[in-house]
Amino acid sequence: MGDTSDLKKGFKLLLDGKPFVVVDFQFQKPGKGQALYKTKIKNMQTGAVIDRTFKSGESIDKADTEEREMQYLYQEGEHYVFMDNETYEQMRIPAELLGDDIYYLIDNMVVQVMLFEGKPIGVTPPTFVELEVIETEPGFKGDTSGNTTKPAKCSTGLTVNVPLFVNQGDVLKIDTRTGSYVERVKV
Amino acid sequence: MAATAATLRERARLLAELRRFFVAREFVEVETPSIVPCPGLDVHLVPFEVPGAGWLPTSPELQMKRLLARGLPQVFQLARAFRREEEGAHHEREFTLLEWYRGPGAMAEVMADTEALVAHLARACGGERDGCVLVGEVDVTLPWPRVTVRALFERHAPDVDPDDPAQDDAYFLALVERIEPAIAATKRATFVTGWPARMASLARLDPDDPSVAERFEAYVGGLELCNGFGELVDPVEQRARFEADQAERRRRGLAVPPIDERFLEDLAACPPAAGNALGVDRLLMLLLGHERLEDVLAFARSDL
Repeated sequence: MGDTSDLKKGFKLLLDGKPFVVVDFQFQKPGKGQALYKTKIKNMQTGAVIDRTFKSGESIDKADTEEREMQYLYQEGEHYVFMDNETYEQMRIPAELLGDDIYYLIDNMVVQVMLFEGKPIGVTPPTFVELEVIETEPGFKGDTSGNTTKPAKCSTGLTVNVPLFVNQGDVLKIDTRTGSYVERVKV
Repeated sequence: MAATAATLRERARLLAELRRFFVAREFVEVETPSIVPCPGLDVHLVPFEVPGAGWLPTSPELQMKRLLARGLPQVFQLARAFRREEEGAHHEREFTLLEWYRGPGAMAEVMADTEALVAHLARACGGERDGCVLVGEVDVTLPWPRVTVRALFERHAPDVDPDDPAQDDAYFLALVERIEPAIAATKRATFVTGWPARMASLARLDPDDPSVAERFEAYVGGLELCNGFGELVDPVEQRARFEADQAERRRRGLAVPPIDERFLEDLAACPPAAGNALGVDRLLMLLLGHERLEDVLAFARSDL
């Protein structure tokens, strides 16, 4: 149990049984009145952001969340299997929870798994991953300007827009926050 | 981030301009003490105690009104005010508060001073466009629209009765969540008047309608800039309000500073008066196009 003095960006709280994270908050004190905290909070399961105002001193339940470092092992049907790097316990995470992050998973990659009351609710891959191009139109040698792009399919199934000089077999650096091409790391 | 050297130069230039504005209107600049016997008794303010000496003022109001009683009819001050537990983009635990008083004087005169001051400083920042005066995107051209608290609630929060003390929580939530954003959306500097009598603070009740206080606030871009009053100068009524505040502070387990008896003594000699307390750092922040108070302060808290 905490109260509004704990509020800050990144604070994880429990509201109506759901885990939320504070993405923005502002101290407010309307005309000769009580102190209030106007916040934007994100539902950690659905990603939906809502506005919520708390009275200063109001009690707030901390969400029982925990981030664990895990290693991706393999895919098993609609599930992806990870291993906790500390306890070596294995955890099966359904594809729907991973969303587009499945396109960044490479065997043995270390990711952060967010647990809520012991169950996984989200996975954060490394900020940058390196993926091999398995399919794209042949590159134009001369064009290094990067102004025009074409689609390229990577080994994990991810399709990214890349500059024209990129060829099949090249290895690309991808930003997992935006899903976009950063640079070519290996020709 | 604290202010850059360029911002501090602008700050100093605008403060000089502000002083010129008040001197031209025949106000006398005064300085009142920063250690006082009573910091103000408002239950929503948390004052700093100076052990063995008194308190830091949450506003210089009491001493400034004593000066009116002593024969200075128009005074202004750029004072430092101290309020614990107020920290945020638009709040600092210590900040510069501009207060000015007219005694004799009426609330309407002080409202006129307020809009003229803001427009004057906006022009000094190059805010004149096609006959309008702007602070950022907010039109501060004179005269500013005046709207009552009741009208705002009827329009934007009809489910809340601002006159019902049992709805205080809903009232403050509606102010922050619905009414302030609605004022901001008009992109006009706006005076809000007719505050409920129970939120009179140190304002007198409207003689024509004692259910409301002679109190106004100005909003620029949804940000509360000031609180002005037709001043309560009746020492009997003032003592009763102080005692009620003390009782409420005791009930809530808050510190209970003493009543400033010298203030009450002098109040008996105070002419009918009006005054305003305006957050200078907020005004400078808006004039200079910043988003956080600390952007216009020489030192941010995190800098100390």
